[in-house]
Amino acid sequence: MTHPSEPRINNDLLRPLLLTSWRFYLLIALFGAFVLAGLVAWFSQMYFGFGISGLRWPVYWGFYITNFVFWIGISHAGTLISAILRLVNAGWRRPVTRCAEVITVFALMIGALFPLIHLGRPWLAFWLFPYPSERLIWPNFRSPLVWDFFAINTYLTGSVLFLLLPIIPDFAVVRDKSTGLRRKIYGALALGWRGTPKQWHRLETAMQIMAIAIIPVAVSVHTIVSFDFSMAPVPMWNTAIFGPYFVAGAIFSGIAGLIIAMAVLRKFLHLEDYLHPVHFENLGKLMLVMGLLWGYFVFNERLVTYYGNEPAEMAVFWRTQRESFAPLYWTMVICNFVLPLVLMGIRRFRTITGCVIASFGVIIGMWLERFLIVVPPLGAKYLPYSFGIYRPQPAEIAITAATFAAMCLLYVLFAKVVPIISIWELKAGEHPSPSLIPPATEEHPLGELHL
Amino acid sequence: MAADLDRCTGCGACVVACHAENNISTVGAGQAAIGRAKHWLRVERYWEGDFPNVGLKFVPVMCQQCDNAPCEPVCPTYASHHTEDGLNAQVYNRCIGTRYCANACPYNVRFFDFFNPSWEKPLQLQLNPDVSLREVGVMEKCTFCVQRIRGTQIQAKAEDREVRDGEIQPACVQSCGARALVFGDLADPESEVSRLSRSPRGSKLLEDLGTQPKVNYLSRQSQA
Repeated sequence: MTHPSEPRINNDLLRPLLLTSWRFYLLIALFGAFVLAGLVAWFSQMYFGFGISGLRWPVYWGFYITNFVFWIGISHAGTLISAILRLVNAGWRRPVTRCAEVITVFALMIGALFPLIHLGRPWLAFWLFPYPSERLIWPNFRSPLVWDFFAINTYLTGSVLFLLLPIIPDFAVVRDKSTGLRRKIYGALALGWRGTPKQWHRLETAMQIMAIAIIPVAVSVHTIVSFDFSMAPVPMWNTAIFGPYFVAGAIFSGIAGLIIAMAVLRKFLHLEDYLHPVHFENLGKLMLVMGLLWGYFVFNERLVTYYGNEPAEMAVFWRTQRESFAPLYWTMVICNFVLPLVLMGIRRFRTITGCVIASFGVIIGMWLERFLIVVPPLGAKYLPYSFGIYRPQPAEIAITAATFAAMCLLYVLFAKVVPIISIWELKAGEHPSPSLIPPATEEHPLGELHL
Repeated sequence: MAADLDRCTGCGACVVACHAENNISTVGAGQAAIGRAKHWLRVERYWEGDFPNVGLKFVPVMCQQCDNAPCEPVCPTYASHHTEDGLNAQVYNRCIGTRYCANACPYNVRFFDFFNPSWEKPLQLQLNPDVSLREVGVMEKCTFCVQRIRGTQIQAKAEDREVRDGEIQPACVQSCGARALVFGDLADPESEVSRLSRSPRGSKLLEDLGTQPKVNYLSRQSQA
């Protein structure tokens, strides 16, 4: 492993900000086109009526809620992973944290759009706000959807702060390296950062507080998302396992998203010297652990249902296990369990390519998992007369595709304006001979850095 | 309400009456085929036994007006809420269309307006002025014909008397030729519906879910 020197770090990591090639515009145009198509789909859904979606009695939730849960899940990549790695002071996290935190913020923004997209009357969404109305009508605080509203807002605020705090010194680096208008903009963003010991100390304290505070928030957010399901008396929804099951799945898919993002950045921004195979390997191990945990939860959920043998639950159980949803179900098991277990469990396959393949599997598998949680129970709820099917329509597919494009678009734009690898943290990790310094003190000589 | 399954012939008059009374828009054959029809009241048909000894059973299913309704706590805006006299009210103007209530409802008796309702001329002239129209994006469901309940209550109050048993007739009850449906005050032990609810044949739909539905089904004794 080679350690790039300080001027090279600046040079390599600031290059994407200062130089723009035609490929950047091409990417923007490509992803932008998809996002635009999604917006057209959404506006036509509002204009023509919700009926252009594939939802129907009795399956009233479909792709939109699947995407909602999926993206909120992806958002657990960042904040949780980087907060935990920060707290345990894992030195290898340095080049990884920012990529991860950005995923959180953008995935949350996208995920939080879905409750709006799926509303029958999205123009009235402000009724979820607890604002003092003249008629003294408040939102219903017993509704899990209102809990969602608060949980997601808290998490979004927290993760934006968590992302922005450690960017401040990097904004200052960009400010010092640039001229003209760019210097002014980054100067404003750097909030007067001078790199004094006092400022470093404050930043460090703030980061510590945020890292601790964000973990329970992240866990609670996905638990509350799971409450949307487990609070309703629907077969296979009403189960106590959903909270931890959702959180485990969220971290699982989040790691997969992070690995893919890192691999893409490494390739296209030429960050081979910063994102080493060991980073992928470590994240791969983490993914393996989460994959095992996920498998454990699914096994628990399924076995308990099977033994309970409650007729309504069994109708849903067999639907996913061997009837109409079985192909999707077994694809999910292969993508989420077999594939990561084989690829991440065997050291020889735990390469960058192996990690990326496993991650794509997990992304597909976790999306299917959310879909299989939402749709089959709604289509087989108690009275057999009212069983029904669901077929997604172009509007929903376009909007789903648009969210993936939106994630890429936001990510590309972000990597364009902010160094995607934390410059100061990378430098702070660089000691003449790391073996001489005890790991616990590694974080402290920040004040002596002159960036 | 009580529904005597021995009397129900499955004719569907109640469904038609319900549509007419409550301004429920029809959605056309194509939309109905994919499951967008809004039958606040539906007649479920179940076949029992093996060929050739098959029996046919009809179950009219409408909103069960649960005392412990799963649809109510999940609504973020109180569009679905409990009235003081025990009805499950749906306030269309307050509904933002999360459809969570419909998912939580074990009976699948809540319906979503996927498009703005429309009536071919001159059918709009037969709309019931006592019932509001619902716009696209809201949930709607059986109200036990709340407009008739309130109308009769006001009439009784004006005449300075109590509401008589059987005086309030929801459209489905009124149109039922076989008198399978009976509506009345369950709080009054003397009413016919109370008497029927104490019948040994009585049971409630999905009673073990704990929703405490207010519709009593009198099970079928005869074979058809």
